[in-house]
Amino acid sequence: MISTALTDLWYGFGVALEPHNLMFCFIGVLVGNMVGVLPGMGPLATISILLPLTFGMKPVAAILMLGGVMYGAQYGGAICSILLNLPCHPPHAVTCLDGFPMTRQGRGGVALGLTVFASFVGASWGITEMIFLSPLLVRAALQFGPAEVCSLMLLGLLAGSTLARGSPIKGVAMTVLGLFLGSVGTDLETGSERFTFGMTELDDGIELIALALGLFGIAEFMSSVNQVAPINTRYTNVGLKDMRPTKADFKQAFFPMWRGTIIGSLCALIPGTGPTIASFVAYATEKKISKHPEKFGTGVIEGVVCPEAATHSSVQGDFIPTMSLGIPGDAVMALLLGALMIQGIVPGPQLISQHPDIFWGLVASFWIGNMLLVLLNVPLIGIWVKMLAIPYRFLYPSAMFFVCIGVYAANNDFFQVGEVAVIGLLGYVLLRLGFHPAPILLGFVLGPRFEENFRRAMLISRGDIGVFVERPISALFIALCVILIGTQIYVRLRGAKPPIKPALYPPAGARPGDLELPTAAE
Amino acid sequence: MRLSASSLSDLVRKRDFYAGGLMLLLGLFIAIKGLSYRTGTLMHMGPGFLPTALGFILVALGLVIGASALSPSEPGESDERILPEHPQWWAWLCILASPVAFIVFGRHFGMIPATFACVFVAALGDKNATLKSTVVLAAVVTAFGVVLFSYFLQVPMPVLTWKGGL
Repeated sequence: MISTALTDLWYGFGVALEPHNLMFCFIGVLVGNMVGVLPGMGPLATISILLPLTFGMKPVAAILMLGGVMYGAQYGGAICSILLNLPCHPPHAVTCLDGFPMTRQGRGGVALGLTVFASFVGASWGITEMIFLSPLLVRAALQFGPAEVCSLMLLGLLAGSTLARGSPIKGVAMTVLGLFLGSVGTDLETGSERFTFGMTELDDGIELIALALGLFGIAEFMSSVNQVAPINTRYTNVGLKDMRPTKADFKQAFFPMWRGTIIGSLCALIPGTGPTIASFVAYATEKKISKHPEKFGTGVIEGVVCPEAATHSSVQGDFIPTMSLGIPGDAVMALLLGALMIQGIVPGPQLISQHPDIFWGLVASFWIGNMLLVLLNVPLIGIWVKMLAIPYRFLYPSAMFFVCIGVYAANNDFFQVGEVAVIGLLGYVLLRLGFHPAPILLGFVLGPRFEENFRRAMLISRGDIGVFVERPISALFIALCVILIGTQIYVRLRGAKPPIKPALYPPAGARPGDLELPTAAE
Repeated sequence: MRLSASSLSDLVRKRDFYAGGLMLLLGLFIAIKGLSYRTGTLMHMGPGFLPTALGFILVALGLVIGASALSPSEPGESDERILPEHPQWWAWLCILASPVAFIVFGRHFGMIPATFACVFVAALGDKNATLKSTVVLAAVVTAFGVVLFSYFLQVPMPVLTWKGGL
């Protein structure tokens, strides 16, 4: 089995190293890194902005580039949180706790250097996990009938909405809303139009790009405009020379790095627990087993390295359920899956065998991309640091243009541009009411497939809803769903706070004051 | 739980009350509209089946969220404001008007005016915006954007045109 995986991987490197694909992988990580550094722009917004550019591209190049944006942004985000104390992206919120104190002691460069190294190790582990676990999962998933697929999707949706940040019940409400939005347009089975209100432009459903850009672009700009404090660039004078850690630093970082990596890869296996939770758990664990827990928060290397390794290991691991089962764990993965669907590729367990170039090319490109990122981050650190100073008032109007033209280019239709404005307004209202819009995207992407499989399952079972608990594998998934809901209710009734509180993350472009010390560290 | 006048006024100050209410209304709307399509049977589901079911689930979730506003708020979560501390009505208007400007100018005059208008309108929303900085920003983004999208990516939108009749 190992030998087949290695042969496939070799083939993947062949795909990823084609000059054309290599170029787009490079563009992806470059843009991702850039955007990760810019305060107030998240990977979700960036991927949605870049999505229309990929329509003319081959599917392999498109997914390589969009994937590169995603993990590239993680590298950039670390720079932002260590040097500026700005948790621009949720997984890096805990990195601020020890990263910024290190910066104030003049050791910001060392923190960055070790972060790059830990990230690479974490990512490599995540990729290895993907190589060996995905084919196993696929073999199991190919036996699934519609009933199993349906309950698996239900589990994925529930996990994605309740384990993510914010109130679980509001998350479920957002998922349901997303499922509904996915049903707008012509019903595939019966051909009748649903919720189009006579607008022929809605016949094909709501445009994925319009939804993503409205929720993560316009709504975010509305909440960040005029709220972003001018950035304190006092500590951002970091050069290449400052990044080299001493041998003692290295020794101190070695074991925390591995612990973070393992924690991250375990978190990646549970659907719905993405990099954010992984980094919180890693920080809390590291503090608990540390010999000097009181020093955490004052700038210890372990507090930076462990969560960063966990983040990267889980970012790569998140691709496992997405690519092998077609069930995305969070909104970013849903968006990547949506990009594949736009290219006409059906996600699911058959993806690896039908499109080996996509899967193995992607896996190989992760390694290439991560190496490129190390190369980009170490010598070019000065450029990234300078980018931190770009003010938000230049950033968001330019982004608005990309939003408009991107949505227009999806169909060459101005209708979608209006759609994005309406969705943006709705997204902002939801944001202010305490909803996090990310699960909407999850529901939206899975919605049509969920309906199709549900219908098929019901047709096969002759309308017997009991089929979901009668078939053993399906029953297992349903049981997990029940356990998931049960624990949430139990936690709520007991009034105990869940051990991890990812709600800490303030919206993009947050002010440093927003970052309270996480309860996770307790 | 009996609602006295004071607890009712307490309720309307809670954010979750409105959050639940919005979900309830949305759910009702979806369910009622969904019922107007054919729901069919479980074995042969019609187009209205899933939306109707989702609508009812949303109604139930809305009730639960709204009901959670009844319980005394936890001390940690004091943010019950629906509007942020400093509402940015002007900036919000600018951001939402920006796509509208893009549509209007794009339809009638082409990509250059549309891009300029879109960036210009959005940039006006910043409180530190001056006319000069806004114009410069809009011009730079227009030059860059038109080259990228019109020449490299071949987005089929005329660069400059005159269709008149606003």
